[in-house]
Amino acid sequence: MDLTLIGQGLLNGLLFGGVYSLMAVGLTLIFGVMRVVNFAHGDMMIWGMYLAWVLATRLGLDPYVGFVACAAVLFVLGVGLQRWLVDRIVDAPHEMQILLMLGVALVLENGALVVFGPDPQRVRSSLTQATVWLGPVFVDLGRLLSFVVALALTLALYLFLTRTDLGRMMRAASDNSYGALVIGTDVRRVYAVAFGIGAACVGAAGALVSPILPFQPSGGLSLSVASFNIVIIGGMGSLLGAFVGGLLVSVAESFGAVFLSPSMKELVSFSLLIAILLFRPAGLFGKSSA
Amino acid sequence: MKLAGFGAVAVLLALPAVLNKYALTVFIFMFFYAFLGQAWNIVGGYAGQLSAGHAAFVGIGAYAAALLSAQAGLTPWIGMFIGGGLAAILGTVVGYLGFRFGLRGFYFVLLTVAFAEICRIVALNTDAVGGALGFYITYTGNPWQFQFGDNRVYYYVALALMLGATGIVAWIERSRFGAYLTAIREDENASEALGVNTFKYKMLAMVVSSFLTGVGGTFYAFSLFSLQPNAVFGIPLSVEIIIRPIVGGAGTVLGPILGSFILSPLAEISRNYFAQHGWAGAHLIAYGVLLVSVVLFLPQGAYPAARSLLARWRR
Repeated sequence: MDLTLIGQGLLNGLLFGGVYSLMAVGLTLIFGVMRVVNFAHGDMMIWGMYLAWVLATRLGLDPYVGFVACAAVLFVLGVGLQRWLVDRIVDAPHEMQILLMLGVALVLENGALVVFGPDPQRVRSSLTQATVWLGPVFVDLGRLLSFVVALALTLALYLFLTRTDLGRMMRAASDNSYGALVIGTDVRRVYAVAFGIGAACVGAAGALVSPILPFQPSGGLSLSVASFNIVIIGGMGSLLGAFVGGLLVSVAESFGAVFLSPSMKELVSFSLLIAILLFRPAGLFGKSSA
Repeated sequence: MKLAGFGAVAVLLALPAVLNKYALTVFIFMFFYAFLGQAWNIVGGYAGQLSAGHAAFVGIGAYAAALLSAQAGLTPWIGMFIGGGLAAILGTVVGYLGFRFGLRGFYFVLLTVAFAEICRIVALNTDAVGGALGFYITYTGNPWQFQFGDNRVYYYVALALMLGATGIVAWIERSRFGAYLTAIREDENASEALGVNTFKYKMLAMVVSSFLTGVGGTFYAFSLFSLQPNAVFGIPLSVEIIIRPIVGGAGTVLGPILGSFILSPLAEISRNYFAQHGWAGAHLIAYGVLLVSVVLFLPQGAYPAARSLLARWRR
């Protein structure tokens, strides 16, 4: 086996994995705090990508700057979704929550289809194709930057959850929402902020990945599945698990792309999902099984 | 109630005499999706196991019957049961894995989606079944090959499918089996504690449901004459199957029919309308909004809501 090829695959996967991690961190935060599975996660990411595309083509804003705006828009979308829809079904049976989020996913996906059309897009960035050689392997600067930003955002989120009052409230509400309510936490506000941050994470991830990954409205499902894979591997609700899981899945996919045909790659990711569901539903960092 | 039922069937039997060609296709569509919804209803409605991958069973049934007819000359009238059997085998596998490993809620949904997507990818990459180009059935108009020159025959076949599945579901609802399923849906742990073999009955529900859905695949294949992996195994078809019983009332005998009678004409008309204006996908936005509204405002579905409204009005 060619060592350079393996090293390159590992590096590419690892650097790309930052974005996957950020996407999964958003999903795991929403699940951890509200116990709601966001079936529209991938579709939110697609919207993040299209927003970055609009900013780049209309305003000439590079996605590595524009991701801040994308995160802000998705934050507002997330807060609105929580306030108007999810808040009413937080205590409903899982089936009802799943159906509601499926409905939201349908609206987002087909909304993108109506607005942007079915053709694949890709955002041009000044860093497209910019590479640095590190011995036998090369580093894609765009990937490197997206990895650094994703890592920084995840760290910031971690600090927010552990060092600020609002963050502590969020963890309290996630541990025991009733108890948090009893000691005077505005649980509704905490939920809204949590959903907003989760959506902002995936929006930023979408913008950061938009120069690397071509996207189209129908791509939301496979991104959702990738997020589910990662979050279940890492353990539902675990921030660290989501981050490590994102890197793992990305490296696995990168090797898959080197050694397998694209259709096989998809097959592998769904088979992986089934295997994880059956044998390790609690994930690597999860506390208990479902 | 019984009288109203017979009256409704009599009207449906007589309808083709007055319907024009377009209305006839809308009715065929309505009956067929009511049938699929009814099949889903057994496992998704009564047993409360939310399968979001029922398209896989339609696809398997459709490909099996179409291939057997095209390559072995086997009549789809027999092929439909082979297709149903193959779908039931897949249903057994999915059900066994899901129920034996105790996957509930979100995890079970993901499992069913993953299996349907795997079927789609395999069909897309298998050249023997047409691959990404799809599989086409040549039109002969031979009724023995499930092809009818007259749309009215499709109408009666679809009506028979719908009524047959409804009969099965009505029987299940009155039987001990149905009572077990409802108990499992309402509280699985409690019913297990009371000695109900939950695994066995969930499996049985899955097998019956996937078999019926697979039988429906034959109708799908021989009324459309073309099978596209992305369409026949895709998530959108699974959503089409789920949304009717949920809107109409999952876990009720008439829910899937009511849901289909409300949604299918709406879908057909809006699809036509939006397609003319170049807005592909707009009808799925409408589905999404509808799904959200039903969950928020009518979580039991239209049929139970209508019934309680009627009861209040009578009093």
